[in-house]
Amino acid sequence: MAAMVAALRRPVAHFRSRTRAWTRGTRCAADAAGAGQQSFDLLVIGGGSGGLACAKEAGQQSFDLLVIGGGSGGLACAKEAAQLGRKVAVADYVEPSPQGTRWGLGGTCVNVGCIPKKLMHQAALLGDMIKDADHYGWEVAQPIQHNWKKMAEAVQNHVKSLNWGHRVQLQDRKVKYFNIKASFVNEHTVCGVDKGGKATLLSADHIVIATGGRPRYPTQIKGALEYGITSDDIFWLKESPGKTLVVGASYVALECAGFLTGIGLDTTVMMRSIPLRGFDQQMSSLVTDHMESHGTRFLKGCVPSLIKKLPTGQLQVTWKDQASGKEDTGTFDTVLWAIGRVPETRNLNLEKAGVNVNPENQKIVVDAQEATSVPHIFAIGDVAEGRPELTPTAIKAGKLLAQRLFGKSSTLMDYSNVPTTVFTPLEYGCVGLSEEEAVALHGQEHVEVYHAYYKPLEFTVTGRDASQCYIKMVCLREAPQLVLGLHFLGPNAGEVTQGFALGIKCGASYAQVMQTVGIHPTCSEEVVKLHISKRSGLEPTVTGC
Amino acid sequence: MSSPPGRRARLSSPGTSRQTPDAREEVRRRLKDLIEGNRVKELFSSLGVDYNILELDQVDDGANVQEVLTEISNQKTVPNIFVNKVHVGGCDRTFQAHKNGLLQKLLQEDSAHDYDLIVIGGGSGGLSCAKEAANLGKKVMVLDFVVPSPQGSSWGLGGTCVNVGCIPKKLMHQAALLGQALQDSRKFGWEYNQQVRHNWEAMTEAIQNHISSLNWSYRLTLREKGVAYVNSYGEFVELHKIKATNKKGQESFYTASKFVIATGERPRYLGIQGDKEYCITSDDLFSLRYCPGRTLVVGASYVGLECAGFLAGLGLDVTVMVRSVLLRGFDQEMAEKVGSYLEQHGVKFQRKFTPVSVQQVEKGSPGKLKVVAKSTEGPETVEEIYNTVLLAIGRESCTRKIGLEKIGVKINEKTGKIPVNDVEQTNVPHVYAIGDVLEGKPELTPVAIQAGKLLARRLFGASLEKCDYINVPTTVFTPLEYGCCGLSEEKAIEVYKKENLEVYHTLFWPLEWTVAGRDNNTCYAKIICNKFDNERVVGFHLLGPNAGEITQGFAAAMKCGLTKQLLNDTIGIHPTCGEVFTTLEITKSSGLDITQKGC
Repeated sequence: MAAMVAALRRPVAHFRSRTRAWTRGTRCAADAAGAGQQSFDLLVIGGGSGGLACAKEAGQQSFDLLVIGGGSGGLACAKEAAQLGRKVAVADYVEPSPQGTRWGLGGTCVNVGCIPKKLMHQAALLGDMIKDADHYGWEVAQPIQHNWKKMAEAVQNHVKSLNWGHRVQLQDRKVKYFNIKASFVNEHTVCGVDKGGKATLLSADHIVIATGGRPRYPTQIKGALEYGITSDDIFWLKESPGKTLVVGASYVALECAGFLTGIGLDTTVMMRSIPLRGFDQQMSSLVTDHMESHGTRFLKGCVPSLIKKLPTGQLQVTWKDQASGKEDTGTFDTVLWAIGRVPETRNLNLEKAGVNVNPENQKIVVDAQEATSVPHIFAIGDVAEGRPELTPTAIKAGKLLAQRLFGKSSTLMDYSNVPTTVFTPLEYGCVGLSEEEAVALHGQEHVEVYHAYYKPLEFTVTGRDASQCYIKMVCLREAPQLVLGLHFLGPNAGEVTQGFALGIKCGASYAQVMQTVGIHPTCSEEVVKLHISKRSGLEPTVTGC
Repeated sequence: MSSPPGRRARLSSPGTSRQTPDAREEVRRRLKDLIEGNRVKELFSSLGVDYNILELDQVDDGANVQEVLTEISNQKTVPNIFVNKVHVGGCDRTFQAHKNGLLQKLLQEDSAHDYDLIVIGGGSGGLSCAKEAANLGKKVMVLDFVVPSPQGSSWGLGGTCVNVGCIPKKLMHQAALLGQALQDSRKFGWEYNQQVRHNWEAMTEAIQNHISSLNWSYRLTLREKGVAYVNSYGEFVELHKIKATNKKGQESFYTASKFVIATGERPRYLGIQGDKEYCITSDDLFSLRYCPGRTLVVGASYVGLECAGFLAGLGLDVTVMVRSVLLRGFDQEMAEKVGSYLEQHGVKFQRKFTPVSVQQVEKGSPGKLKVVAKSTEGPETVEEIYNTVLLAIGRESCTRKIGLEKIGVKINEKTGKIPVNDVEQTNVPHVYAIGDVLEGKPELTPVAIQAGKLLARRLFGASLEKCDYINVPTTVFTPLEYGCCGLSEEKAIEVYKKENLEVYHTLFWPLEWTVAGRDNNTCYAKIICNKFDNERVVGFHLLGPNAGEITQGFAAAMKCGLTKQLLNDTIGIHPTCGEVFTTLEITKSSGLDITQKGC
């Protein structure tokens, strides 16, 4: 119990120290401190009753809904169910990464995903803006340096305030939170073990699995596990990673490499085959082209084979060029694996409950209702097979699931036309089909692609290279030319794409998009001005306004 | 071929040299093409039109021709009809064009005048119309002449937007945003000398260089398209004749069958002592050779607030003098929020005052000006010294000195604006008007561009499409941007009645602002829905970073009939500001708290 008290106090203290810095944070800090007191009481009770071994089945608590995994999807589902008057519990436990990194409530997005990633991306963008500022008349004296520690601390403090916010929200909605590692005992019962090894038995009518995924390690490579880090660690590093090798070409890899380059670190991406698998490939190569021009090095068609620690403390990486078969080595301060993610299903004892997984990727097989092979057990988010691995989809799926279970709703989650954005130095936003998918689905003959290379107004004064600022809209060729997909590469792509995602959801046609009047001068107005089709072979470069 | 080359139609009729697997279907198609081709030929014969026929099945490279034809016209089937260089379409389209008069219009050829079209005013609208008309094969002239401002500012081709509007404004806004970014950057770990200064001259030079390159590229484009550009002041002297006076006072005369007035507007002056002598306007600010220093902005139009915003962002002491409301015509709740952010940003507001005199107390660059202002509510007057006084109290149409009275084009005598019908036609049938001179239309570059392009297509192409002035999105580039589309809350209440509307709203905290330590209850999103039309979104309002970029896509969605349900069904892009619209839950009528707790 003492250990739990200590564990709980830490985030409170962090939160207070942050809010003091805010101009209008006083009331907020007071609220949270009060709420913190309450949560603490609740949790002590929870901890106490779980003080017996699972086998004895004593102190078992039962709920209408138990959610395993306190990430975006799990929390959304739990809160919605509680809102509908149900008795709900969330079991969340962060297994430390091989490098020992751990974090609080909120899952990947908040702790080791979208949030810290976007903030570090912003840090990198600000670096570019400092350079731009000079062209706009700002006189900034050299040298300009970046302090990793300062950035990381600021980002981590924000993440900790979010962890705390999630706990407060659970309390406010009377959702019981257990910081325990859960595994199935039978199809209605879960055993949870806390940090101290104490076990708690929880049973529920409905169980939702929302345990997400964790980065994959290439365990076959010697030294990989020992010396490499992943996205689970990078955002929590206390010191700058220094010269970094990023292995992989997933969006995680490119985003990390992008912001590391942006804050001035020597960064190399080693990719085995294509960048951003699953995304439109023309856009993907433009993304990596831009990164190369922005200073990121690329080792294409290479696979690492060995990592050794040198006496200097640096890491020596050996790799093979697949085309030539030649071996090569390089020295780095940090090696970051970003070669994919594995679902967190192995430690859940799913077989005890009879929940089926796909043996190939260990993901949980679900139907349109998010139900697993066991009708009262559900899976949402990254752990479920065939779902986009995105926070907002998990949140929406969780909410809708709770509404179907406990509300009067029968609305299913619609996983089509989900927009997303890759936050590389030049952002890439997309929604709907890639050009490849559209062609595969409808045939080259029936697809019309409108495209344009454009120059953001803000780039003109700074002389920034806009070679990769590119938009394409994939449409059906026959009138009224239904829009199948939109791909936007440029500043603020995330912001630009969101509204158009709605348009596509509404069944927008090319004609309707063209009838929309532009907002001048913006980058997004280039979307409503697209008029050159790829088929025409005409020059797609936008000139003037 | 005895008739003039213009009176000629080309007809491509059935033919193919390629075997398709489904031979029967192919025969059916060929038969249909043949029958339709003959119908068109009959039509043209009955109209006495001289036409060329290219029978694709009777030429050697018919398949190739058809392929290229498909590329050019995006039409695979034949007959494929062109009239006077304009692609009309297939059989049905041609008969339709005949029925609605379009065909007759296309066949008309008027060679009595020097030009098919003369456009007066080389701004966004005028240039777009001229270029499109030239694309359609017409002989076009553009007359553009910038009368220097009272302070002597003058500029090149391109009109307000490029020279003294959107472009330099957005770039100075960007300069101010970068100032904010510099402050933020320290919180994100960037370290450099605390002493950061802004150099007005360096910024202005960079911006003016960009503008010059745009001026140049416009001239180049006109030349490439074969549009005659004359740097002269145009005035009507007869129904079809215009007098063009150049800088040296030399006069030339040109005639045209059609005219487009696109002369735009210029800033208004107060009409008080010292205003034209000492005050500047947006016509002068962007090319000002010296830093304006302590500035009084008179007027709270979007021009006034944008200028005040970036001047304050560059570190200047700025006061805005407002006679009545901020951003008249915009949603007033949003306008007040824009104002309060400006205040937070360091801009001072002097409300319910209006200047009565401006006197110079010291010469210089900048000098010192004494402004005396009077309360709009009582006898109170105040006196204050500024380096610069910027007037942003509205704009006046350039319609009173272009000879409109000579040819009988009606203007609204009070506002100087030109009333037009739904095809931008004035009361004189061959004279049209587009852009800011129009009565009751939005004064926005993209609107003028769209209107100009569509007008040219209607006049000279095979189009009947009219410019749609509904749901035009726009953005005010104040330090915190305000983007909107559709109706303001006031206007929506007027149109639909309050009880029929549901307003969803929320404050939000951009992720980038958290670490930067900026306020968590400043950015605001609001949509106005019509309860009795499926909660259709009739108004969209956003106050936040990148509002311009965000609003555009939502405007496209509104064109497709955006509803609240669709917003709910759409997945957000995380973490962005735009995603806030996919999770709006609180209605204004509920009175629930929308403040962010900040954790």
